[in-house]
Amino acid sequence: MSDINKEWDFIIEPKGSMFNLNLKEVWHYKDLLEMYIKRDIVTFYKQTLLGPLWFFIQPFFTTIVFMFVFGGLAGIPTDGIPQPLFYLSGICLWNYFSESLIKTSDTFYTNQAVFGKVYFPRLIVPLSVTISGLLKMLIQLFLFAGVYIYFLSKGASIEINRYAFLFPVLIFILAGLGLGFGIIISSMTTKYRDLKFLVAFAIQLWMYFTPVIYPLSVMEGNYKKYMWLIQANPLTAVLETFKYGFLGRGSFSWFALGYSVIFTFFILLLGTWIFNRVERSFMDVV
Amino acid sequence: MSDTAIKFENISKQYRLGTIGTGTLSHDLNRWWTINVRGKEDPYLKVGQVNDREAKSTSDYVWALQDIDLEVKQGEVLGIIGNNGAGKSTLLKILSRVTNPSTGRILAHGRIASLLEVGTGFHPELTGRENIYMNGSIMGMSKTEITSKFDEIVEFAGVEKYIDTPVKRYSSGMTVRLGFAIAAHMEPEILVVDEVLAVGDAEFQKRAIGKMQDVSNYQGRTVLFVSHNMGAIEQLCSRAISLDKGKINLSGTTNDVINHYLKNNSIVEGKIIDSLKIHNHQITIESITINQSPNNIIVINPHENRLTVNIKGYLSEGKKMSLEIRFYDQLEHLQMLFSPGHLYENIKFFEKGQFEISETIVLPDSLTKNEFKLTIDVTRPNIEKLFSFRNSVKLICKGIQGYSGLEFPASNCGLLMLR
Repeated sequence: MSDINKEWDFIIEPKGSMFNLNLKEVWHYKDLLEMYIKRDIVTFYKQTLLGPLWFFIQPFFTTIVFMFVFGGLAGIPTDGIPQPLFYLSGICLWNYFSESLIKTSDTFYTNQAVFGKVYFPRLIVPLSVTISGLLKMLIQLFLFAGVYIYFLSKGASIEINRYAFLFPVLIFILAGLGLGFGIIISSMTTKYRDLKFLVAFAIQLWMYFTPVIYPLSVMEGNYKKYMWLIQANPLTAVLETFKYGFLGRGSFSWFALGYSVIFTFFILLLGTWIFNRVERSFMDVV
Repeated sequence: MSDTAIKFENISKQYRLGTIGTGTLSHDLNRWWTINVRGKEDPYLKVGQVNDREAKSTSDYVWALQDIDLEVKQGEVLGIIGNNGAGKSTLLKILSRVTNPSTGRILAHGRIASLLEVGTGFHPELTGRENIYMNGSIMGMSKTEITSKFDEIVEFAGVEKYIDTPVKRYSSGMTVRLGFAIAAHMEPEILVVDEVLAVGDAEFQKRAIGKMQDVSNYQGRTVLFVSHNMGAIEQLCSRAISLDKGKINLSGTTNDVINHYLKNNSIVEGKIIDSLKIHNHQITIESITINQSPNNIIVINPHENRLTVNIKGYLSEGKKMSLEIRFYDQLEHLQMLFSPGHLYENIKFFEKGQFEISETIVLPDSLTKNEFKLTIDVTRPNIEKLFSFRNSVKLICKGIQGYSGLEFPASNCGLLMLR
């Protein structure tokens, strides 16, 4: 078998090897990845007057609505963090995760036209979605930075500390979970599409189990019984660490963050493995 | 290293018929159980029918391809011909890794690019320039490679003026030309082409065929070419295979395979009446003859130009009826029509009971040497088809001869010699 492998450049067989994640091939197609990312970013604001400004408008208005509904009407406290900063940080991070998940979760279905005609590692598509989403989030964080500087100049009691250096780790967790869950769902919905209906609805509920609109301390005070549920959520540590590092409030624990990182690695590995199994035959069943 | 570029070993592909739903779940569970728990082979690979469209299916599975063994040499241009549904495109899809085979394997050297359908992955909002990069990288080219070929691609496609306009504003011809230009300029060791030459105007087709000849002749690449256009196959390919119902039924030089295919696809000797299809149940047909013969192969000698068609039958109700005869050439192109019901005003009314339709066609006496397939219909013109004999008669026309007995074959001279 290994002799044959040496002699031929590639072999097409009914089933791929069990543990080959095909990552080398993905690297080989890195130019395509770049093209896809560029396409996602550029086509986002084609034929619009405001252009890239649209990246800011959505989190801006969502923040205002959140301030009104959750901060004003419901009166949920924000740990002493100015409301705009509290909600904006939550919205940017959460939106990145949920958009990555939703967009990658129908990779096979939306790309069947291209996938049906030409071969390239299918993983390129969800990867590009995750990366272009990341760029979008980084742009949105400029808005956060602007608001941050404004409140700092007004003398609000917020302080950035060394835990802010954990930001890349937080990005990895958000991207990894979004991509990982997304490709698992996309692989599982090629043949039987039932799961697809669950996704949009489940992600909406998921947000309420993540400290996006409330700080963890409020939950701890009122619903101690259900704390395990929120702690089991790998996204909890991401939001808490971000707020702790940049705003100096909330909680931080190495244990919670470590749990999230390990969870992410596991989901990514599982996702890539399932995705690679499905990509070879999905055209016949999608 | 051998000079074999691609080797197909025992390739088969099975498809499931019908829709996916709860019904397929039990098969999936059974398959999973048999393979993973009991450790045996996939039970559904043992069933399945030959992919024959005419037969009513009795199994949920069909074999689109069965036991394909094939070797393609380096630098060879292989033509693949066969009827619709013979498995040509499935074969190319497996080779270009769009779908995987059910059994067997393919071994290959070098990069494979496929032209299964050009313009794959064009994004309508992106400009021509952006799409060249996008499409090129989908096909596996690197950015620097595309940049170095960029001007050539634009020039070949003839879209200089529109290169910074979104592709959604392009005409369909421009889109296709751009797609082909990109694909033709990448440099894969193996090129897979499916029917793309059928697009574009005559001028572009000529350039496309020329480009493909360059690719194979001067650059030594291996090309697999699927087409229904026998002319293009003949021009481009050194060797051909003919597929039938998922199996290779002939492999050899291009001419042999094309001739065999055309012969097999033509009419076998028999009686005309055997190909009768009745569309109206008030009619029964007793006999049909052409020039007093019931046989379906008719020879027209030089200086003979009459074709008398005679149909006898029984009507259970009076009807207006008229004869329509279509003359198709070998490549199924319609060449001539005989239809007095359309041409003249009064269509004959036939009383209830025995009837006899008899028409004599006067063929032009300057027809060239040619072979036609005839489809004979009896209709109420523009209203309904009553019965027909589809592709029922082979008409061999010896054709007009020159002063010295010279023959004029239609392939060189067209349909008629003009006076």
